[in-house]
Amino acid sequence: MVRGKGLLRLVPALTVLAMLGPVAAGLLGALGPALGHLPAAGLSAPPLTPLTAVLSTPGIDRSIRLSVTTGLAATALALGTVTLLLAGWTGSRAFGLLQRALSPLLAVPHAAAAFGLAFLIAPSGWLARIVSPWATGWQVPPDILILHDPWGASLVAGLVTKEVPFLLLMSLAALRQVDAARSRAVALSLGYGPVMGWIIGVFPRLYAQIRMPVYVVLTYAMSVVDMALVLGPTTPPPLSVQIVTWMSAPALEMRMQAAAGALLQLALVLATLALWWLGERVVARLGRRWVTAGRRAPAVEPLRWLGLAAASIVAMTVLAGIAVMMLWSVAYVWRFPAALPGALSGAVWIRQGPVLSSTLAETMWIASASTAMALVLVLGCLEAEQRYRLRLSGRGLWLLYLPLVIPQTAFLPGLQALLIDAGIGAGQIPVILAHLVFVLPYVFLSLGDPYRAWDARLGTIAATLGAGPNRVLWRVRLPMLLGPVLTAAAVGLAVSVGQYLPTLLIGGGRVMTLTTEALALSSGGDRRVIAAFGLMQTLAALLPFALAIGVPAVVWRHRKGLAHG
Amino acid sequence: MDKGLELRDVRIEKDGSALIALDARIGSGEVLTVMGPSGVGKSTLLSFITGTLAPGFSASGRVILDGLDITDLPAHRRRVGILFQDDLLFPHLSVGQNLAFGLRAGGNRDARQAKIESALAEVGLEGFAGRDPATLSGGQKARVSLMRMLLSEPCVLLLDEAFSRLDAVLRDQVREMVFARARARALPILMVTHDAEDARAAGGQVVTLGPTSG
Amino acid sequence: MKRFALILALLAPGLAMADTAPSDWPAVEAAARGQTVYWDAWGGSTATNDFIAWVGQRVQEDYGVNLIHVKLTDTADAVTRVLAEKQAGQTSGGAVDLIWINGANFAAMKEAGLLYGPFAEQLPNWKLVDVAGKTVQTDFTVPVEGYESPWAMAQVVFIHDTAREPDRLGSMGTILDWAKAHPGRFTYPQPPDFLGTTFLKQALIDLLPDPSVLQQPATDANYDAVTAPLWAWLDELTPNLWRQGRAYPATGPAALQLMNDGEIDLAISFSPGEASTAIANGQLPDTVRTFVLDKGTIGNASFVAIPFDSSAKEGAMVVANFLMSPEAQARAQDPAVLGYGTVLDVAALPAANKVRFDALDLGIATLTPDQLGKVQPEPHPSWMTRIAADWARRYGVAN
Repeated sequence: MVRGKGLLRLVPALTVLAMLGPVAAGLLGALGPALGHLPAAGLSAPPLTPLTAVLSTPGIDRSIRLSVTTGLAATALALGTVTLLLAGWTGSRAFGLLQRALSPLLAVPHAAAAFGLAFLIAPSGWLARIVSPWATGWQVPPDILILHDPWGASLVAGLVTKEVPFLLLMSLAALRQVDAARSRAVALSLGYGPVMGWIIGVFPRLYAQIRMPVYVVLTYAMSVVDMALVLGPTTPPPLSVQIVTWMSAPALEMRMQAAAGALLQLALVLATLALWWLGERVVARLGRRWVTAGRRAPAVEPLRWLGLAAASIVAMTVLAGIAVMMLWSVAYVWRFPAALPGALSGAVWIRQGPVLSSTLAETMWIASASTAMALVLVLGCLEAEQRYRLRLSGRGLWLLYLPLVIPQTAFLPGLQALLIDAGIGAGQIPVILAHLVFVLPYVFLSLGDPYRAWDARLGTIAATLGAGPNRVLWRVRLPMLLGPVLTAAAVGLAVSVGQYLPTLLIGGGRVMTLTTEALALSSGGDRRVIAAFGLMQTLAALLPFALAIGVPAVVWRHRKGLAHG
Repeated sequence: MDKGLELRDVRIEKDGSALIALDARIGSGEVLTVMGPSGVGKSTLLSFITGTLAPGFSASGRVILDGLDITDLPAHRRRVGILFQDDLLFPHLSVGQNLAFGLRAGGNRDARQAKIESALAEVGLEGFAGRDPATLSGGQKARVSLMRMLLSEPCVLLLDEAFSRLDAVLRDQVREMVFARARARALPILMVTHDAEDARAAGGQVVTLGPTSG
Repeated sequence: MKRFALILALLAPGLAMADTAPSDWPAVEAAARGQTVYWDAWGGSTATNDFIAWVGQRVQEDYGVNLIHVKLTDTADAVTRVLAEKQAGQTSGGAVDLIWINGANFAAMKEAGLLYGPFAEQLPNWKLVDVAGKTVQTDFTVPVEGYESPWAMAQVVFIHDTAREPDRLGSMGTILDWAKAHPGRFTYPQPPDFLGTTFLKQALIDLLPDPSVLQQPATDANYDAVTAPLWAWLDELTPNLWRQGRAYPATGPAALQLMNDGEIDLAISFSPGEASTAIANGQLPDTVRTFVLDKGTIGNASFVAIPFDSSAKEGAMVVANFLMSPEAQARAQDPAVLGYGTVLDVAALPAANKVRFDALDLGIATLTPDQLGKVQPEPHPSWMTRIAADWARRYGVAN
């Protein structure tokens, strides 16, 4: 009992270690090589050589600019879409429909969303096929630069489709703590339109709640690798892709260059975050001036249609992307400009069956292991918080968000170098621990609120009935929180399934998940196989959510009191 | 042995400012009513006795139950029963399982089952063991909740605005039932309420806490 | 024990310790049984992935070797891994047991002492290899010396659709003329993809009146002058490429997909049978054919090598030997499977094995050995390294 108590007290510290340890180690591990110090490889160079090498790479200025512009554009567009949608449509039927359509899309892995988008919007993609040749006259695809465009527009589009559902769900969660409906009612009574009223009355408080998620989006968009490989520019690629290229170059000197690039990426992200933060100040100041002036600006109101259109396009894009992947995975021959495959075949599924199933098994094993560890740690933290007032996420949630606002490309190179130097071979265990870094915060964010919202008087009742803390936990609290716990597990699984870079770099190529497999295949271009892997990846991420909804409904089918949860 | 609940020089502070000061004794079958407007710290007093004081509060003084100092015992070892204004039945357990949860350990399956059935019979709920608590009426829930608490064989009964959610007719019924069952077991009762009717029905001594009382 | 091993390793660098000598083949097979071999091979082509899966099944059946295909996006990943292990002082238990390799990666690994060997010429099936007729003892001009074992022959061909333009084109000059007349209908994989750099080398060889200079390492003195015609030619070609050269397909198969989509009409391939294979599995229209240039095209061999720190060298050698077997070679040459050229001297094979090859239908788009014409040797790797870097500077940063 005393031992158990001691263990539980250690959990918060352990959680911080699991979450931030690899990040810190990776950043420190990048420092030496970045300054020309790589003793394990017997290499040393003047401290500025690696950075100079990075900066003299052809097109590096454009790579850097691309990271910043695509990151800022994707974040601003996603936030703008969510804001206009919430401002113009909260509570409407259209909103309810969109919310239901967008929520599951959060689980669709980035890579799968990217494949779907690519299959849709390429000049020879499904959209062009559907309208050709009858409407366009195209017998062959037009030579238009859509995918891999040097401006990163396709990449931005891909990022927006993934980040809109994320920001929307984070906003909906935050809105429960903001008295939105009444604030808007007050604004309406003062003569503001619904959109302007919402933006003035609700948005500032909402934004204060979703600031960290917005920073996560910005960091992610600036450093994404898998989506950038599928959609992003190649002449030159964004900085993150460039870093990964350096990491896999045969010459060891490139390691130092990769490390210097990683730190450059970190600095870039931090600087851009600072820029965004400054932007927040400016917008806030302008907003206050606007409010003081008392302008009602009815011209803003029609913008709600823009929000609805953008959000609808996002939802339809991802759904159509999944549909076109289904078609491709069973296509035998499908040539431009046919709108549908000319011949169907299950050959891809049959031939890839063994690989698909073994890869699915490895993917799910890694996802389950990291999610199980995350659940144990998070439940331990929340329980320790409850029993001993050891609050991990006390002031703000910055600790939880920290691993999400450090770009993956910044610390994974150093971490990989450390693991190799330490003689720890590639394998599943390091990959599981690397996934844990990203799974943990999401599981925590998902479970924290319902856990804390649980009526503590039930715990008091149980205790006065003679139940010790463990019995309260296992017999009362966890069963009642079955739904939220399973949802958190589904979130964890989806996060793990979607991980590309940690699997690739820490797994050393030996650990093959659906995501790494799909990305490896994407360089080969057999669209039918890519589609099959993309679909399996989507399924692996979505199915747990279906289970998280379905299992409690079945288990508690005779318990009306839990029907809402 | 001194039966009953004794609060010996209990003082509760919130963030350094005094909230409650109370020194009282409740003998077997007696009722002490603590009155006062909401926010005065009545419920805090009860959470001190149950051992679930929230952070931010600090307390001094001793809680003696049947001659035993329970001040430092964990909540589940204190043998203190409590009823809140909500029935707080565990929604994931059936009525019978709720009662079984309260029933003190020991005895074989059949004996435990029999105890549960007789507890239900005692409040006129024969055959309700398999029911989902969510399908019960307010009065039925209150009765199950009471029996669950009594099956855990507490040595004192705390009532935290226990009747305030019930409508007038039901309130009299339930109150009468609670007091009757408690007296039958010779339990001391500490009742917290803002309703003078509750105090009158209890008939014991009344302490009024107010913002000024310290 | 560990220290002893370390001393041995220091005394005999490059020499395998506690490994079975390849000359004692029965002992190799015995040691291989039960071993797990991680084969790092490019995973971008489903045809090769399927072939490797078949190899795994066969070596499991016959030799009890458990073969796992580690799918790479770039062979250099595996080279990096082995290099890092060596730098970390690791001498066994490496992550890689077998690498599909050739050219610059082989040269780098051999030079850095990262390879186990020599073993290739002691493998039982080596005696079936066409040593005289095929370039299996040098790899991009670098002597192989038994440090890698060949398993497939490759030669550059161009793929075109006879139902559309162009018809056969005989030189890089005519390819440029055609591209100018049909802008946006041709592209090549983006260097440093190996097929992309191969295209650049092929262009240079074809443009030079005398390409023999490329057989010697590039020097600062001759590099600029020798490569000048290539850059002049590319400057003219690039604006006429697919997407005006502002984007490129990542790999050869990605370019084939573009062809299937109707986005381009001409593609390069390093496998004479690839087009037939693609037709067979629905990836290209059956009107597609291949051609080579009048002066011939580059050819080379694909090899497998074993890293120095592999802990399953016997298993890896068994796989390497199986890859050179008539059974595996005939299957690899089958266009329905891979369509790769064989490294064996088919004419000299015993009749029972020769019939496997004679029975093959090489496919409608595959040129006969006669039609493939003259095989041009690969330039020294130093040319490719420099050209790839220059390309990145000149065209890798499109406007």
